[in-house]
Amino acid sequence: MPQQITVHDPRGYAPKVVGKRLAPRLSALDGKTVYLVDCLFDNTDVFIEQLRQWFAEHLPAVNTRIARPEKTWSDDEKMRAAIAADGDAAILAVGL
Amino acid sequence: MPRLRQAYTPHPVVDQSAAHLRGYIEGNDAISGRPFMQEVLEGLTSPLEDADITGLSFERTTPRFVEPDTEEKLQRLFEENRWTDMLPIVLPTEERVAAMLKGTSHPPDKIVGRLRPTVFREAWEFDVEKVAVNAVMAGARPEYLPVILALASSGVTARSSSTTSFATIPVINGPIRNELAMNTGIGVMGPYNHANATIGRAYGLLSQNLQGGSVPNETYMGSQGNWYAYTAVIPEAEERSPWQPLHVQQGYKPTDSIANLFFGGWYTHAGYGPRATWKEKMRHALAAVEQYSPPLFVMDPIVARGFVELGFDTKEKLIAWLADNALLTAREYWDNQSIQLLRPKAVAGIEPYASRLKAAPDDVIKIYEPSEIHIVVAGGETQGAWKMISGALRGTASIDAWR
Amino acid sequence: MGLEQDGVPSVAVHTHVFKRLCNATALAMGMPRLRQAYVPQPVVDRSAAQLRAYIDGQDPTTHRPFMQEVLDGLLSPLEEADLQGLSFERTTPRLIEPATEDDLQRLFEENHWTDSLPIVLPTEARVEAMLKGTSHPPNEIVGKLRPTALREWWEFTVEKVAVNAVMAGARPEYFPVILALASSGISARSSSTNSFATITVINGPIRNELAMNSGIGVMGPYNHANATIGRAYGLLSQNLQGGSVPDDTYMGSLGNWLAYTALFPEAEERSPWQPLHVQKGYKPTESVASIFFGGWYSHAGYGPRATWQEKMRRSLAAVEQYSEPLLVVDPIVARGFVELGFDTKEKLIDWCADNALMTAREYWDNQWIQYLMRPRAVAGVEPYASRLKAKSDDVIKIFEPSEIHIVVAGGETQGAWKLMSGSLRATVSIDAWR
Repeated sequence: MPQQITVHDPRGYAPKVVGKRLAPRLSALDGKTVYLVDCLFDNTDVFIEQLRQWFAEHLPAVNTRIARPEKTWSDDEKMRAAIAADGDAAILAVGL
Repeated sequence: MPRLRQAYTPHPVVDQSAAHLRGYIEGNDAISGRPFMQEVLEGLTSPLEDADITGLSFERTTPRFVEPDTEEKLQRLFEENRWTDMLPIVLPTEERVAAMLKGTSHPPDKIVGRLRPTVFREAWEFDVEKVAVNAVMAGARPEYLPVILALASSGVTARSSSTTSFATIPVINGPIRNELAMNTGIGVMGPYNHANATIGRAYGLLSQNLQGGSVPNETYMGSQGNWYAYTAVIPEAEERSPWQPLHVQQGYKPTDSIANLFFGGWYTHAGYGPRATWKEKMRHALAAVEQYSPPLFVMDPIVARGFVELGFDTKEKLIAWLADNALLTAREYWDNQSIQLLRPKAVAGIEPYASRLKAAPDDVIKIYEPSEIHIVVAGGETQGAWKMISGALRGTASIDAWR
Repeated sequence: MGLEQDGVPSVAVHTHVFKRLCNATALAMGMPRLRQAYVPQPVVDRSAAQLRAYIDGQDPTTHRPFMQEVLDGLLSPLEEADLQGLSFERTTPRLIEPATEDDLQRLFEENHWTDSLPIVLPTEARVEAMLKGTSHPPNEIVGKLRPTALREWWEFTVEKVAVNAVMAGARPEYFPVILALASSGISARSSSTNSFATITVINGPIRNELAMNSGIGVMGPYNHANATIGRAYGLLSQNLQGGSVPDDTYMGSLGNWLAYTALFPEAEERSPWQPLHVQKGYKPTESVASIFFGGWYSHAGYGPRATWQEKMRRSLAAVEQYSEPLLVVDPIVARGFVELGFDTKEKLIDWCADNALMTAREYWDNQWIQYLMRPRAVAGVEPYASRLKAKSDDVIKIFEPSEIHIVVAGGETQGAWKLMSGSLRATVSIDAWR
């Protein structure tokens, strides 16, 4: 019967994950301001514009605004602060 | 003929002026240090000695087993003998080789074929068992053996000794891909699939060990070497391709399992597309090739579908466009040491080389025939990526024949 | 996700091939119930009408109308599970349950802890022997790695690096090089859809101490140190960063054969130029590793021959413009360039930067240039701003001299060179890890 041996586990150490809460949802979007956030990936600007037109055609009572972070893949605190200040909801596109 | 008379000049000869080369002739032999022309003239005129008159004649037999030793010492021995690719191998014990041999119906002592490092060296022969030994070393499983035998039987080595550091890239088609759970998706050309990785590796190991070796300065002369030599296999993503698979283009049935061997791996051009400027991008890539080595185009299914949308509903149509757009001036075409090897064909009037030679230096000429260019579809569709890899089709082998 | 913390309900839209990745990322951020909606792949290069059709169509992962997923994400009330985030400690054991060698090889492979080739099993005895290759204690933290800037960092110790070095087949005397690479913070297993690899260049006395090969076959399977150190870098990257698993922590569409191993020493003794590390300010007697990120294109040529300028220009025009080149030249080629007047690497680099050209239209028609450079150009950062202001047909330079590097390696059997995609990401001291 082949001998049994003991070996090391090759994996590194993961960081401790702390849970985070989601924000409360809206009861309705009419009269609210929804930010359409352009993630700056290729062709995303065209997608965001199409999304804006969809809202204009189907939910004209929703106030949409377009926002763009300064650069890709980094958390733009100024932009987030602006959205948090006068936005009620956000749609971020297209992530990947 | 160990006593064949030789004389040596310094390196390089390529690209040196006439005056420089004359300097070599008037200087010293680079090995012996004695005047070069003296070595030449003595070689032609000095009388033969006893040892010259009997040539050497010997049987080189390779033993079946290596002297028993500990595992650690054997790993070291295999490495020092240059029987490996310098990465850890699975030691080919009798038990493991016997298990591997169950992967084929062919008897262990059947001759599989011949390999040699280059056309200037002698070809070595080998049997099914010797291939199995190398397959075990690579870490392959018995069910992979028919593919490995097919590659071994092709006569194309994965360890060319050329000073151009070539590699050989097998493309796999047919049901065998799914039987062996090969990967045609995300990371297809990366270290993400056991069959892809170990079959490619087995081909490399068997090439070096069954052809008489791949030892730097002896049986391997590639100046810079090639990382594709560790392992490089592509199973085509037939189910997700809008085009015919490679083997069906060649006349095989879709249900045939086939290996095609592409010799090159020297340049790799990369891009995305087809985007708005796809033609310019393609032309740049085609103009940056090494002209003696035609391209194997590997494209993600997203790219293939993109080309279909542009009207290239068959691989052949895109290949025709590529051949029309692979262009260089005649001056640049001929200013390449490997193309100079084609010059005799051009002088002898063989097309298309003859016309390329007659062209004026500033004429723009096509550098490939459509038959030299191939397309394979593979990739995980996370990105519209393509690679144009140097690869001339050198061999095709039936995998089914080795089951 | 930051917006949720700010109290703004949000929905993130992705293309459908990334569903597993998005779920895994959300989980790792403690927000597994983050609202997501999916459109079909690709978005790149689709017309406005096609993108509108995505919006009017179905989420391909749920088959419900896309806009319904978006609106539900913003409006549907939160449930219990949404109100607690997830909180967990992931600990990695030190040793694995005993088993036979064959079973362990299979286990390592099925867990995606290998590169699919046979490994040397990391027994306690082998790891102890490897640890003798450094004066640093086993529990010292070496550094952090992650598959991409969007994922969390994982940490690891000297001992964990030793485990992976053993697996690769490396020897204890190679260990300082492997530790240096691990400490760099650069992963050899980037999860980018681009299938990047890392190419590592070694300089200094360590090359000869370890009998590395900078001659014939330098980039091939012909030297134990070259091969196993490069391999160790790959294995430690995938195992110490949290993994490199297709569709999860690895998204490279085509993959990259350089990922198995791609490391070599510069042929300093046979080069007419300064070695790379000396150019960067190190002493010749210092041992240094330089890590280049790319490995995506690899253009080849001979030279310099009569038409060398045309050949070089064509090669430079065929690059992927977001990934600058590392030029690896055989000593024969280096000497040839010196004869042409390029008596320093810097002079040849300047020539390459002056001659790496394409039209502005082609430069900008590239998804990575769009992602990475356009925002900088719009913000007025040079040289990107000028490239953006150029007219479509203007020919522009695509690289700065500081982005291009030259290394000398090869066996002088041929005047060969390779122009490889490789952006210098880190230079690390090997001596620090002896």
